[in-house]
Amino acid sequence: MATDFEPVIIGFTCNWCSYRAADVAGTTRLKYAPNVRLIRLMCSGRIDPTFVLKALADGADGVLITGCHPGDCHYLEQNYKAMRRYRLLQRTLAQFGVEPDRVHLTWASAAEGAQLAETIDRFVERVRALGPLRWPARPRPAAAVAPAEAAEAAEAAEAAAVEEAAS
Amino acid sequence: MKPKFAMYWAASCGGCEIAVLNIDAKVLDLDANFDVAFWPAAMDVKYKDVEAMADDSILVTLFNGGIRTAENEHMAKLLRRKSKILVAFGSCANEGCIPGLANLSSREVIFDTAYTGPSTENPGGIRPLVAVPVAEGELRLPAFEPVLRTLDQVVEVDYHMPGCPPESHQIAGVVDLLVQVVQGKAELPPKGTVIGAGQSTVCDECPRQRDVKRITRIQRIQEMPPLDPAVCLLEQGLLCSGPATRSGCNARCPQAGAPCIGCYGAAPEALDQGARMMTAIASVIEGRDAAAIDEVLDGIPDPAGMFYRFSLAHSLLRASRSAFEKP
Repeated sequence: MATDFEPVIIGFTCNWCSYRAADVAGTTRLKYAPNVRLIRLMCSGRIDPTFVLKALADGADGVLITGCHPGDCHYLEQNYKAMRRYRLLQRTLAQFGVEPDRVHLTWASAAEGAQLAETIDRFVERVRALGPLRWPARPRPAAAVAPAEAAEAAEAAEAAAVEEAAS
Repeated sequence: MKPKFAMYWAASCGGCEIAVLNIDAKVLDLDANFDVAFWPAAMDVKYKDVEAMADDSILVTLFNGGIRTAENEHMAKLLRRKSKILVAFGSCANEGCIPGLANLSSREVIFDTAYTGPSTENPGGIRPLVAVPVAEGELRLPAFEPVLRTLDQVVEVDYHMPGCPPESHQIAGVVDLLVQVVQGKAELPPKGTVIGAGQSTVCDECPRQRDVKRITRIQRIQEMPPLDPAVCLLEQGLLCSGPATRSGCNARCPQAGAPCIGCYGAAPEALDQGARMMTAIASVIEGRDAAAIDEVLDGIPDPAGMFYRFSLAHSLLRASRSAFEKP
C-alpha cells in the first residue's frame, strides 16, 4: 500500500452552516487534513449529482457533501432534497463500481467547527484506505484533443490493438 | 452531377434506417437531389469502394450506431475522411443508446452472457477471437473493444441528430434543409448544432398537468391502477424521464400513457442525463430520513439502467470500472 498517496477530495459546503463551520475550524486554528478542496454553494439543495460525477470523473478520489442539520435549512427543506439525491446517487454509483465510502454526506451547524474537522479527518483516512480512484481517462471528444496529442493517442491505441491481436 | 449521400450503421439495431424510410415520399426528394454513394442497408457497395473514393467526396453521411468494434472505428474514421458533413444520427451514435448499457459490464461478462447464457447452446464453449488459423490461412475478426464509444469520442462530428430512432417529421425536416442547402436556398447551421430536435425538455412539450404532489411509491405501469390521462406520470408514481430528456418528439410516449424513457438524450445544457434525472426524482419523492427515502428508492431496482438507458456511453463516467479494466 502506497503511503504517499494523498487523496484529492472535493467538498461542497452550504453558505449558512457547514461553510461557517469550516470557517470556525480555521479561525480556532484546528489542525485537520488539508485534502478537501471546499466549494461554497448557497445550499446543499444546490448540489446536483452532476457535480459529484464530474469531480470523480475528472480526478477526485472522493467527494464530501455537507449541509445544515435536518430541520435547520436556511431554505426550509432543501437539505432533505440533498439527502434524497445522495442516497439515490450512492445506489447508482455502486453500479458503476465506485465504492460508497468515496462519497460522504454529513451535517454541520455553523458552530460545529471541531466536529466538521473531525469528520473530514475520518473521511480522508477512509478514502486513503481505498486508494486512488483514478477514473479511467475518459475518452475525450476528438475535437477537444490537440492534434499532436491526438496523433500520440492514436499511435498508442494502435500499438495496444496490435499487441492485443497478437496476444 | 448530384452531390453524394451516405448512410452507415455501426453498433446499432437498424431502426435508424427504417426511420429514414418512414419519411414516405420525402425519401424521393433525397433521391432526386443526391446520389446514394454508400448505404449498406439499401444497396450493395463494398468497403473498398468507399476507400477508393476521393476524400471529402461525400457531401453528407448519416452515421448511426455506436463504436464497439475495431470495424466500427475503422468505418467511422474512413467515413469522416470521405465526408464533408458527418452527422451523428440517432441515439447510438450520439450517446451510446441501448448498446452503450453494456458499458456497465466487462467484456468477459458480456461474452459470458452472449456465449454461455441459459438461452445459448454452445457446447464447444466457442468465443469470438481476433484471429483464427484455418487450413486456408488465417481468419480475422474485428476486435471487440473494452467499452462502447460514441461517434464524437472517435472522430470529429459536424451535427448531432438524437432520437431512438429520430422521429420521422424531424428527419423529413432535416432532409428538407439538406435539399435547400444543395439548391443554394438555405445555409447550414453552425457546426456542432443539434439538428432535428427541440431546445427544451420532453416535459415542456407534454400536455399533462403537473402539481406539487409528492411521490410515496414508485411502481411499474403493470402494477398500477388505470392512470389519470391528464396528470403528470411521474406524479402518479411512474418513472418518467421527461424532465431530463431533450424535446423533439412532441412527448409522444407520455401522451400515449407510457412514460418517457429518455431516447432523445440529455436535455440541452444538461451534462449528464442520469444525474439530471436523479435530481428530478429526488425533488419529487417523499422521505425525510434514510429509511423512508430508501423505501421509496427501492422502487427503482436498476437506477443506472433506468436513468442512463440511452446515454450511458456519453455520461460523465461513461462506463463502469469493470468495463474499463481489461479482462
